[in-house]
Amino acid sequence: MLQYLLSRLLRAAVSIVMVVTFVFVVLRMSGDPATVIMGADAPPEAIDAFRKAWGLDQPLWVQYFAFFEAVFSGELGRSMRDGRDVVAVVLERVPSTLALTIPAFFVNIAVGIPAGVYAALHRNSLIDRCVMVMAVTGFAVPSFILAMLLVLIFSVTLGWLPSAGQDSWRNAILPIATMGFGGAALLARFTRSAMLEVLGQSYIRTASAKGLPWSAVVWRHALQNAAIPTITIIGFMLGGLVAGAVVVESVFSWPGVGRLLVVSVANRDLAVVQAVVLMIAMTMVAANMVVDVLYGLVDPRMQGQARAARR
Amino acid sequence: MVDATSSPAGTGGSLITRLLSRFATGNRMPLLIVIAILWLVLMLAIAVSADLISPYRFTQMDLRNRLSLPVFMGGSWRHVLGTDELGRDVLSRLITSIRMSLLIAFGATIIGAVIGVTLGFVAAHFRGIVEQAVLALVDFSAAIPFLVLALAVLAFFGNSLVLFVCLLGFHAWERYARIARGLAISGKTHGYAAAVHQLGASPWRLYGRHILPNIASTLIVSMTLAFPEIILLESGLSFLGLGIQPPDTSLGNMVGFGREYLSSAPWIMLAPAFVITVTALCVSLLGDWLRDRLDPTLS
Repeated sequence: MLQYLLSRLLRAAVSIVMVVTFVFVVLRMSGDPATVIMGADAPPEAIDAFRKAWGLDQPLWVQYFAFFEAVFSGELGRSMRDGRDVVAVVLERVPSTLALTIPAFFVNIAVGIPAGVYAALHRNSLIDRCVMVMAVTGFAVPSFILAMLLVLIFSVTLGWLPSAGQDSWRNAILPIATMGFGGAALLARFTRSAMLEVLGQSYIRTASAKGLPWSAVVWRHALQNAAIPTITIIGFMLGGLVAGAVVVESVFSWPGVGRLLVVSVANRDLAVVQAVVLMIAMTMVAANMVVDVLYGLVDPRMQGQARAARR
Repeated sequence: MVDATSSPAGTGGSLITRLLSRFATGNRMPLLIVIAILWLVLMLAIAVSADLISPYRFTQMDLRNRLSLPVFMGGSWRHVLGTDELGRDVLSRLITSIRMSLLIAFGATIIGAVIGVTLGFVAAHFRGIVEQAVLALVDFSAAIPFLVLALAVLAFFGNSLVLFVCLLGFHAWERYARIARGLAISGKTHGYAAAVHQLGASPWRLYGRHILPNIASTLIVSMTLAFPEIILLESGLSFLGLGIQPPDTSLGNMVGFGREYLSSAPWIMLAPAFVITVTALCVSLLGDWLRDRLDPTLS
């Protein structure tokens, strides 16, 4: 177990090094970082000071390590728009984004898993068909179109819910519904196929043959085994939630990290973009590591298999 | 000369003959798949003949008929799908957008497959440290949402059509790399690869002429599954105003500008939204079906 934990930690560390390297390479390839970060019309003294502070007069490998140091001490430059420290600019948006993604995540799980399990237990029933149609639709309707259809129905036509802003909790309903639906559809589809596969196993037949009531077979044997592939999908879903937040926050003018990223890209406020990308990437790496560890806990077989699969 | 398509160790016959034999011996094609194929053929025909069939030029304004209703909402036949805020014909813009979006999706899918397969083969050929480096890159791009990476690159490099297509090409490269590496490693253990190697063929020839044709069906299935994702990604970025820039137009771009007129003229946004959704749906239905028929190992 310890070896498994260590190997996951090592992989996470490698991923973080690669993220920082990616940002470093993109930053260097796109021009002089001093003018890029400070803006082309910054005073020459400021640019010189910036060069010295970031060691831009040093050889490239020294700069590379200096960049790491800057990233891990949280010195990522200042926003072009208001000159504030970008870390503060990004952090103040985080609660708004969490206010959407956490409820959406619970909607995903609370709707997706029961729907998938029910569909698998009642295969080819009407509800199973409905779940599958919803699952396929959830993939094909991109979140920005779903968001606008919801606005068209619930804001424009019915006038029940506001379409933009962050004035009350009612503003959060449509964004959460948009993000919740896509993930729930995906999760339902995977839970269904995981359940179907488990239900076809011989130990399920053994369990019902020895006289266990069907509910006990489902609860004790099927669900626990179907949880294993489902946890992997939940790991992938976190990435989908972040990407979904970028789009959905933009549609609903919700002042979160995603909207900050889009606005900063449009304004080429590069210090902010850099900070947001680093933060999202590190969150994702950490989340994936947690999922990997959970996976190892739920299924001890994985500890050996994961190592074998890497070879 | 050993031909991969007739090699005894291959997976049996070329892709085309295998497809044909499946069609001949397998069950009839489901109606849904027939509809999906018809829709995609229609989209392709529209994309190819865009200049011939569009009733107006897509930038042509008709300022006296701004925001005019489409036919099914009681408008005139002059503008079948209505007009936008500048009086531009929605149908003509839709046709041009279909061409643009399909062109980008095709280009990006091919770029992604080439990058991924090349890196996968390189990993399979050299093994050792090179393979570990490729696998680390695969882990990295599987971990970070591609939309965020794409936004970062667009912020630093600005936007142009060529850059945009190349950028989307990096989507899903890691999937091809994983598949190509795995299949190439197992392919090398087959007799035909060893025979070609012993005959003195270069690695280029071994991978390009012998291993590639043998794994083509799996790769084509993956490409079919990645294609709708690229359509959705392109339309998402264009919707955010960070993809295709005016005066060019794409499906996502149309939805993005239609958003301003959601309450007064929803048809501007509904027509491209419908095309995006149905096209993505059809390609992924077709991909799922192809996967079940051609490649049982992928499910």
